[in-house]
Amino acid sequence: MDNLTLIGIASIFTAGITIAIGSIAPALGEARALAQALSALAQQPDEANTIIRTLFVGMAMVESTAIYCFVVTMILIFANPFWNFFLSRAGG
Amino acid sequence: MNITPDNITIFHWGSFAVNATLFYTWIVMSILILGSWWITRKISSDIPVSRWQHLLEVVVSALRTQIRETCDEEPSRYMPFIGTLFIFVAVSNLLSIIPGYHPPTGSLSTTTALALCVFVAVPLYGISQQGLINYLKHYISPSVFMLPFNIIGEVSRTLALAVRLYGNIMAGTMILAILLIVTPFFVPIAMRAFGILIGLIQAYIFAVLATVYIASASRAQEEKPQNNESNKKGDA
Repeated sequence: MDNLTLIGIASIFTAGITIAIGSIAPALGEARALAQALSALAQQPDEANTIIRTLFVGMAMVESTAIYCFVVTMILIFANPFWNFFLSRAGG
Repeated sequence: MNITPDNITIFHWGSFAVNATLFYTWIVMSILILGSWWITRKISSDIPVSRWQHLLEVVVSALRTQIRETCDEEPSRYMPFIGTLFIFVAVSNLLSIIPGYHPPTGSLSTTTALALCVFVAVPLYGISQQGLINYLKHYISPSVFMLPFNIIGEVSRTLALAVRLYGNIMAGTMILAILLIVTPFFVPIAMRAFGILIGLIQAYIFAVLATVYIASASRAQEEKPQNNESNKKGDA
């Protein structure tokens, strides 16, 4: 196998693994945050504004780890620097 | 398929290639500037308020309420900066329902520029509020050993701010493009409607986080006297 094939295999495999593993933890974390926020809402409906605002901000921060994984995946698939380097070298 | 609108060239201006990010940023800017100029041109406080003035009043008062609730301070100081950030990000995300439009926030260059604005604004607001020495003191606030961690925190939250907005918007565009290949007709419409929601939420989060960072930098000193008072009370 030449370099391009190896890089293609490694990139696709790693991209799948990255987004698969990288979305598990944020999903669990966001579910916990949502569950806690819902029970807080049920206990104190008057504080709904504060709870929901904090929930959104917190969820965005939790979610950013998943977004980092997604960005890495997208770079691996669509803008892979190693792939482009070896492609340009193979092309001359 | 393009991962960033930086790679799409709209037209050449001499030897200068104007890419989609620049072009659509200018369009959003001109919509905002011309729109607000055109609405405030015939602004009035009479009872039959024009409907466009109503729109701006709703936006501005909602922004002021949110800022006041987030940082418990008079919003006028933060309003120009935070409001501009929110409106720019929100409009550039919302316009993505127009076919052929590439949201400039889907490019890492735009979001990095916005995050750098926040990065510069935090010390500016902090210094103007509590002076240079007092502001610098909060970098070594618990102890001197925390100095590198405070600096790393400052840099990494700027990075997170940029990558979060970029990742979310780019993910929306990308998923839409992939769905168009897989299921061409109905599902992309639903995802686009979902993308509007995501765009607004991300604009909101960007503005709220900027408010929180700025407020925490300019409030750091105000908490100290309270602690001292409580200590004194405890001593007494």
